[in-house]
Amino acid sequence: MTPTEDDTSTGLPWPRSWRGVYVLVLAVFAAWVGLLAALSRMFP
Amino acid sequence: MNALDYAILVGTMLAIAAYALWNTRGRHDLNRYLKGRDGTGWLTIGLSVMATQASTITFLSTPGQGYESGLGFVQNYFGAPLALVVIAVVFLPIYRRLKVYTAYEYLGHRFDAKTRLLGAGLFLVQRGLGAGITIYAPAIVLSTVMGWRLDVTIVCSGLLVVAYTVAGGCDAVSLTQKYQIGVIFAGMVAAFFVLVSRMPAGLTFSDTLSLAGGFHKLEAVDFSTSLDRRYTVWSGTLGGMFLALSYFGTDQSQVQRYLSGASLRESRLGLMFNALFKIPMQFFILLLGVLIFVFYQFERPPVYFNKSAWSLQASRAAGGRLEALDREFTAAHSGEKADLEAWLRARHSGDRSGEAAARAAAVAAHGRVEAVRAETRAALDAASPGTRANDADYVFITFILDHLPHGLIGLLVTTFFAAALSSKAGELNALGSTTTVDVYRHLLRREASDAHYVVASKCFTAFWGLVAIAFALFANLAENLIQAVNILGSIFYGVVLGLFLVAFFLKRVGGTAVFWSALASQALVFVLYFSLGISYLWYNVIGCVACMALSLALQAAIGRGSGAQPQPA
Repeated sequence: MTPTEDDTSTGLPWPRSWRGVYVLVLAVFAAWVGLLAALSRMFP
Repeated sequence: MNALDYAILVGTMLAIAAYALWNTRGRHDLNRYLKGRDGTGWLTIGLSVMATQASTITFLSTPGQGYESGLGFVQNYFGAPLALVVIAVVFLPIYRRLKVYTAYEYLGHRFDAKTRLLGAGLFLVQRGLGAGITIYAPAIVLSTVMGWRLDVTIVCSGLLVVAYTVAGGCDAVSLTQKYQIGVIFAGMVAAFFVLVSRMPAGLTFSDTLSLAGGFHKLEAVDFSTSLDRRYTVWSGTLGGMFLALSYFGTDQSQVQRYLSGASLRESRLGLMFNALFKIPMQFFILLLGVLIFVFYQFERPPVYFNKSAWSLQASRAAGGRLEALDREFTAAHSGEKADLEAWLRARHSGDRSGEAAARAAAVAAHGRVEAVRAETRAALDAASPGTRANDADYVFITFILDHLPHGLIGLLVTTFFAAALSSKAGELNALGSTTTVDVYRHLLRREASDAHYVVASKCFTAFWGLVAIAFALFANLAENLIQAVNILGSIFYGVVLGLFLVAFFLKRVGGTAVFWSALASQALVFVLYFSLGISYLWYNVIGCVACMALSLALQAAIGRGSGAQPQPA
């Protein structure tokens, strides 16, 4: 099956590739865990 | 609530439902009725996915969870972003390629008819019960607090959502959810800002967080490896990921939302929208509960938030004991407030040792307050053993009614109803579709016109709506409501996810092996649930892994030629 443009491009100015979107989601997730851990430590 | 509040509530709910009915009138095309219009964009899909998951329980019960136990519940959602990425990469392209109406149709393509029916059956049982809780949960709290009749609240809110879901199908659900989630966000943000403005003069945001931290309300992450702890980073990330994979990837109430996307891109972006905003949304709602906790350290809260239950028993034999406990609570709360004010003075003057001493005194005073509260709970339980609702569910609504201005009260109560209806609509739409496509069309009436199936789907949607209303009328829950929903899901979701993961990744396994393995795994989960005390999130992992491992073993035992089928497309 040939990938359509849908499969390869997000149609967004940034990130343009799906891989970029997934990396962004995982980075934001990691940032949230880090921030919540910092919050727990800052106000014990 | 006054006339303005009622006008906002009734006007908003009826206007959204009427708009949906008008916009979706005359649907006779099955594809349009079950999947919605072709051009649904990513934002509508994203909001629709969010609205289906976030029921009234999310907005009514979660602040109570934050008030009682702090931010730790946010870990329950750690698995969601990871699961949504997996769904966008693996599940979604397959569903769209096969052009299925329901996720269980895929099981029929990949395995056989009995496995498709098993997947659909597990969904119908689990979601049918869950739909009852979705109606019951807000009704029990709102009717108690407002003094409305519980049965009338359940029936009225239930019939309104049944009416527009039956009439308009998937389009009506997406359309109403978009506006309902707008009302929900407006209400929650307004509540947040009013709450912050009502904090005592001189209490900065940093003081607020420091005070909340002093009472262990900001312990958002727990790296403990204990299986008994309900929420840890590990149970939330791993167990939560399996729960979210199953819920977003195989539960038709969610699959139907993103299959309505105009293209694969729109569906994917809708899912990624949720992957980005799920954790912050839950954090914000829990933080609201934590701030209410801080607010009530300076403003005397009721000794028992479910005031109706308290008043009822106060007028009976237990009245004398309850009145004494109420006086004791007032004294204990005043002592704690004085200690907290001393702590704030020491903090602002830079007196470190005084600050530490006052803080320790405040924590000890809070222990006395909580002891009186526990005694009150015990006295109420003894006076009325049948009353099993969790008091934490009444925290937020009590705060709203006691401390927010009229107009905003109406908006917040509208928020709860909007959330109930949006989530309920998604569930009913999915239950009706699955019964039509996987049971009725597949088993009973294979060849009929689109118009016939649309009528059948409307009848099944109405049937499930009435089942949910009936279940809600007889429900009685002991757990905090948000947890009750997750526990119910966790008992079934692991096995359903196992079915789908075998289908996607274990190509050698056929229908017979996976069918019997799923049944055995579901039985195993039931036995473990009633015999172990581990966090319910782990049952998602156990059910899924058991289903996959048993399928492999059984397929090896019965041989490759007895069921494995090639995957289409």
